[in-house]
Amino acid sequence: MFKFPCKNSTSSSVAKERLRFVLLSDRTSINPELLYDLENDFIKVISKYMEIDENLLELNINKDAGNVMLKANLPVKRVKTY
Amino acid sequence: MGEVIVVTSGKGGVGKTTTASNMGAGLAENGYIVCLIDADIGLRNLDVVLGLENRVVYDITNVISGKCKINQALVKDKFFKKLFLLPAAQIKDKMSVTPEEMCELCNILKEKFDFVIIDCPAGIERGFKNATAGAENAIVVTTPEVAAVRDADRIIGFVGACGLPSPRLVINRFRPKMVNAGDMMSIDDILDILSVDLLGIIPEDELIIVGANTGELVIKDGNSLSGQAYKNVVQRLKGNEVPYLELQKSNFFSKLSKVFSRQ
Repeated sequence: MFKFPCKNSTSSSVAKERLRFVLLSDRTSINPELLYDLENDFIKVISKYMEIDENLLELNINKDAGNVMLKANLPVKRVKTY
Repeated sequence: MGEVIVVTSGKGGVGKTTTASNMGAGLAENGYIVCLIDADIGLRNLDVVLGLENRVVYDITNVISGKCKINQALVKDKFFKKLFLLPAAQIKDKMSVTPEEMCELCNILKEKFDFVIIDCPAGIERGFKNATAGAENAIVVTTPEVAAVRDADRIIGFVGACGLPSPRLVINRFRPKMVNAGDMMSIDDILDILSVDLLGIIPEDELIIVGANTGELVIKDGNSLSGQAYKNVVQRLKGNEVPYLELQKSNFFSKLSKVFSRQ
């Protein structure tokens, strides 16, 4: 489908993105590069057992009542059979 | 038995004292007996915001050390008859008050007052620990800026770590025109990121600065937008559901100019 070029460069959207980034790092004390590596390792391990849609993979850090929770959304296409 | 609420933010200059004082005044106006505690030892501020600086005799450290009775240290507001201030001390040593002493003080005060509102100092050191020690609920103040929201996020974490329930958020210095122009984060943006309940949105208002000059609270002025916003905060504190002021509604001309600026 044809997509209009996304003009997403208002200063408020930049603010929001910077904030997301800095909070992810604050909440976890994990640097963003490590988070990227973690995501890739996730894909490797899970792919041993099931076929996942890497494009829809989401890794999120949520903070709830003082607890930090790592949430991974891994859309499964197919479970591998042995 | 009264309720002890701490007003905090992490970052300085976002409007903690303005929020604490207007909230306190609004509750007093609604018939509650309110005590405002200035917990910023060494940097007393709440007295000048309320225009009570000439009436301060004793302070919080005098009460804690037993030099005076609580009633001697409390300063009655000039305008709101049910509003009282317990001033901070202007001494250098922040360590002169401990969290345990603050907790004890709050327990005594909530027997006499319907609301005890603590104006927390900026930062996360002793002052923050003191201010939260005796509190049962917290209100976090932020502005729609990256640095303020980041600190608010940290503070929300610390408030939870203190064992307090999830704080409610006051977004201060909000500028609807800038949001419409894409130059300020919206209320939804901020709530998305912080995931706490909203207590109020206070629009940027020059009257707050004017009031600070003369030692008068903006909530006295029911016609001002910020005064109305604080009155709504007070209603929500009372448990009433009040709609938020329609700040982001743009008029015909701003819509028109938006259409043209898109081209």
